[in-house]
Amino acid sequence: MRSIWEIARLTFLEARMRKMLWAIVLLGIAFLILYAIGFHLIYTDLRGAMASNAARLLEPINFFVLAGLYAINFLVVMLAVLISVDTIAGEIASGAIQTIATKPLPRWHIIAGKWLGLALMLAVFTVTMCVALMFIVKLEADYTVRNPVQAIALIVLEGLIVLTLSILGGTRLSTLTNGVVVFMLYGLAFIAGWIEQIGGMMRSEAAVNIGILVSLLMPSEAMWKRAAYLLQPPFLRELGLDATPFGAASAPSEAMVVYAFLYTALVFLLAVREFSRRDL
Amino acid sequence: MLIETCGLCKVYGVTVAVDHLTLAVGEGEVFGFLGPNGAGKTTTIKMLLGLATPTAGQARILGRLPGDPAVMGQIGFLPEQFRFPPWITAADFLDVHGRLYGLSAAERRRRSAQLLARVGLADRGRSKLGEFSKGMLQRIGLAQALLSRPRLVILDEPTSGLDPLGRREVRDLIHELRADGVTVFLNSHFLSEVEVTCDRIAIIKRGRVVRLGTLAELTRQRAEVEIVAAGMTPEIEAGLTQWGRIVQRLAPAEAATPPDAGHLILAVADEAVAPQVACYLVQAGARLHMLAPRRLSLEELFLRVMEEET
Repeated sequence: MRSIWEIARLTFLEARMRKMLWAIVLLGIAFLILYAIGFHLIYTDLRGAMASNAARLLEPINFFVLAGLYAINFLVVMLAVLISVDTIAGEIASGAIQTIATKPLPRWHIIAGKWLGLALMLAVFTVTMCVALMFIVKLEADYTVRNPVQAIALIVLEGLIVLTLSILGGTRLSTLTNGVVVFMLYGLAFIAGWIEQIGGMMRSEAAVNIGILVSLLMPSEAMWKRAAYLLQPPFLRELGLDATPFGAASAPSEAMVVYAFLYTALVFLLAVREFSRRDL
Repeated sequence: MLIETCGLCKVYGVTVAVDHLTLAVGEGEVFGFLGPNGAGKTTTIKMLLGLATPTAGQARILGRLPGDPAVMGQIGFLPEQFRFPPWITAADFLDVHGRLYGLSAAERRRRSAQLLARVGLADRGRSKLGEFSKGMLQRIGLAQALLSRPRLVILDEPTSGLDPLGRREVRDLIHELRADGVTVFLNSHFLSEVEVTCDRIAIIKRGRVVRLGTLAELTRQRAEVEIVAAGMTPEIEAGLTQWGRIVQRLAPAEAATPPDAGHLILAVADEAVAPQVACYLVQAGARLHMLAPRRLSLEELFLRVMEEET
């Protein structure tokens, strides 16, 4: 088990030495500063205009919170692919994996270690960004988002789904193909999410079923839909004001979250199996 | 036996990379695995280390199945064209690999310093591998392979990319390893290197071992007698075949020999027949200018073996 941690440590070291950590930290800070300035300007304007009806302010605030978190969610997905797409495929292609795979450790420790290192980095990024954004909103508008812990956990899970899938792809595909496949799957899930939402509003059962089917194939976007649903104040949902471009009118069920967990575990096991079987 | 293979095969699609390879390498031996590019040397090593699964046959390394973590700690490996992450420093690189070997922090520090000095990179510990020349990379790769004080070191083309000085250093290193009782499995297509470092040699061609033995054994099998003589007739030449076979006819050497002299090489079973051949030629009426028994160098043997049809 120690060797899993050593491999995870190596992924940290690589991220640090290649200056990837710095790029992520600095650009993450830039994102938050930009968001804070934008939110401040818009909120100041809105507060002046809506002074007579403060309760109505909640609607635009909710919109901006969801927009910000949606952007973070998207960054998490992008990062999940970018940090992992080359980690197995690239080292197999270059032969660098050979010196590692001939050390006294079972092969699956390599997959587990890389997954652990990348998953920790991704999780820390996700949690930090989400908490900072919620903190900005709280400071500026004294607005507390609903269910922050569940929502952040769901965004982390979405990142892990994509990360694990990309690690699985790396055991068999070249770096480029792997990146294309994972992004296309994400795109499919994204569109399917919309088909499901709009289908739900139009009461088209077929559209909803297509959406659910694709979510089973790639449950990433469903996690965001559920997070967005949980984040919104219930009264907005009751007023029917919740179907913003970033939010969700209806949420994937808890069963979908359980499914996503199992899905990630299965993809991880497949990655271990594929990597253990192949020639390096 | 530290390495044993039995009928080891590897087939990629329709290409047979390794074809029923059977060999054994004993403790303390420096074993040369010699063959042209594409003969299946690297594939064999990959199967020995558990990096590739054999299509058929089996291999044992230190008595265990290839890749068994229980023995991999006693094996050092330098892959062919060792690619390194360019972003890591030499010292960190050794530290990382020391950790993967499970060495303690103190042991890692001590071994890193020793080995950096051993491979002539003592002052480059803080340099990133991306700044290293090909030869320096090869040397840091060697240091990596020796981190855990292995019982068996497998080197795949360790001197490719090195200049003559670097090649010499690797050779010295192999001699030192042997003196320490370390078993070395050396993949190479540099004949001179194998010639001076290896106790036993296997020549591999199209995935099969075609010669196996000590250098003396291999070269003794193919002694030659070089003859320069004038007045040779077809009949005299035919008489030579009682000792062997004429393998080569050379153009008459310019200076010392008369223009009508023939220059040929007779392959014989044993170089001890030279006096009999000389006696025969003189009695048959040839004017003998030179008759020199010689052993094949490994290079000549190798080239002959490669030319043979199998």
